[in-house]
Amino acid sequence: MNTIDHPDIAAPAITSGPEQTHLRAGFIPLVDASVLITAAELGFAAREGLTLDLVRDVSWANIRDRLAYRQFDVAHMLSPMPIAAMLELGSNPSPTIAPFVLGRGGNAITLSARLFETMQAQTGLADDAGALDCAKALAAVITARRRDGERPLALGMTYPYSSHNYELRYWLAAGGIDPDRDVRLEVVPPPMTSDALAAGAIDGFCVGAPWNMIASEKGVGRIVATKQDIWASSPEKVIGLRPDWADRNRDSVSRLIVALNAAARWCDDPANHGALADLLAQGANLGAPVDIIQRVLAGQFALDAKGNARVVPNYFVFHGAAANCPSSTQALWVYSQMVRWGQVAYSPEAAATAASAFRADLYAAALGLSESPCEEGVADAFIDGRSFDPAELEAYVRSFITPNQGATA
Amino acid sequence: MSHFDLTILVIDENAVRAAIIEDGLREAGHAHVTVVHTVNGIARVIETTRPDVIIIDIENPNRDMMEHLFQLTRSVSRPIAMFVDRSDSASIEAAVEAGVSAYIVDGLKKERVKPILDMAVIRFNAFSRLQRELADAKSALEDRKVVERAKGILMKLRNLSEEEAYALLRQTAMNEKKKLADIAQSVVTAAGLLM
Repeated sequence: MNTIDHPDIAAPAITSGPEQTHLRAGFIPLVDASVLITAAELGFAAREGLTLDLVRDVSWANIRDRLAYRQFDVAHMLSPMPIAAMLELGSNPSPTIAPFVLGRGGNAITLSARLFETMQAQTGLADDAGALDCAKALAAVITARRRDGERPLALGMTYPYSSHNYELRYWLAAGGIDPDRDVRLEVVPPPMTSDALAAGAIDGFCVGAPWNMIASEKGVGRIVATKQDIWASSPEKVIGLRPDWADRNRDSVSRLIVALNAAARWCDDPANHGALADLLAQGANLGAPVDIIQRVLAGQFALDAKGNARVVPNYFVFHGAAANCPSSTQALWVYSQMVRWGQVAYSPEAAATAASAFRADLYAAALGLSESPCEEGVADAFIDGRSFDPAELEAYVRSFITPNQGATA
Repeated sequence: MSHFDLTILVIDENAVRAAIIEDGLREAGHAHVTVVHTVNGIARVIETTRPDVIIIDIENPNRDMMEHLFQLTRSVSRPIAMFVDRSDSASIEAAVEAGVSAYIVDGLKKERVKPILDMAVIRFNAFSRLQRELADAKSALEDRKVVERAKGILMKLRNLSEEEAYALLRQTAMNEKKKLADIAQSVVTAAGLLM
């Protein structure tokens, strides 16, 4: 079979037959779809000889199924989704890989304005209190509510395998709250969060931009923590592909990564944020108010409707600091949280499977980078002062299992 | 045991479409069908009915909420999304296009589920057709109204008979390669501005 191989001639980029260059890409209307939308609409994909058809969808379950059933070739996904898929968790898991991260940041935790007032009244919490102090104040309110026989607080997030689920749980636990016993976690579609908060159906939520800002500007919610407060390095959305499709379309995958990389660099430049906000605000993309999107991109947070504000530097990182690199450190951290909250058991084999979802090799090959392109190693500090070293994964996972939590598992 | 013993839950915010699906299921001999129009309180419904098959419209953003619920309640044992037979791409495409999604209790034989899904797809499509026809009929009625008004304006302003007014509108539409209703609308709009 290898008789016609010429080792002195470089292998051609296209190895087998014509590849697919017309790609259907599914996305959910969120600011963190910026890189994908920009690649499709501002010519970055076309420059690489690709046509990207964007298809807006309404649920992560649809995105997952339509990728699995070949309705989509490319999918805007929550970073834990390919990991859950590889571990065969949830409904309809189908092998999925992530060769590109669409950036960091964008999430925040918002509590109802009324709940925040209660926290202030009961604990003397300052208007500009930090994320950890807010979690501790919430813990005090929860204890008081339990003593008074009130119903447990309901908090919304987006999907069982989402950064929002793990970030919300991390923040609650850092404040001393057990997310499975002290509160009720519910899934609320992001566009419905501020209405659900206003109606009192939920008492708070953790979702992506611009929905926190929309709730705070309406005066129904108070932003108490951003993703940066919890873990700045956490990957947010990724590009998901079917591994068999990626194998058959290696050249297209490389072109896609090059296009996304250029689009990400463009999105990261503050000089382009005006144009990006205009593009995102269009009805077919996000259809949200352009001024709110602009402030989201700038990290200018209106914390509430009373005028308390905060600027979060690097609230969105689309490209800088190797934000696009799908690092195994990130995949393993997500896996550690899946174990922590009982979604999967710990084993070294499962850890390897989880890490295999993030394909830094494809990212590196497309961009001509070294074999380990991500800045691997010990990640920056978390809200509770811990750090995550992937080399010490098992010890890290065990460190979360307190006798208390062990009893519920 | 026949496939008619399956318990089926239909979740659809559109009450008319839900009724069409329910009819289809009952006609096919399914006696255990529950229909709900809202996902509020769905946990209890799932707990009490213990469905083998859940049909939910694909445009419903609450699918993510359902999947979270499956993790919590465990009353539906490991429900899997949509298709038992992933190689059957024609059915998958037909269902996605029709807007049907479904959950099926793991272990259920595909021969038992396929007729249910096929029926749901046909009924979803029938509903879309119905809606389209209704919209067409409504716009035809609107068109006729505006043509009548345009004719009236022309008859009054240019002293034409009804036939002549209609002929003038039609001729103009043909000359301009536009729809009769569009020309009539321009006449009505112009008259509103000029009179």
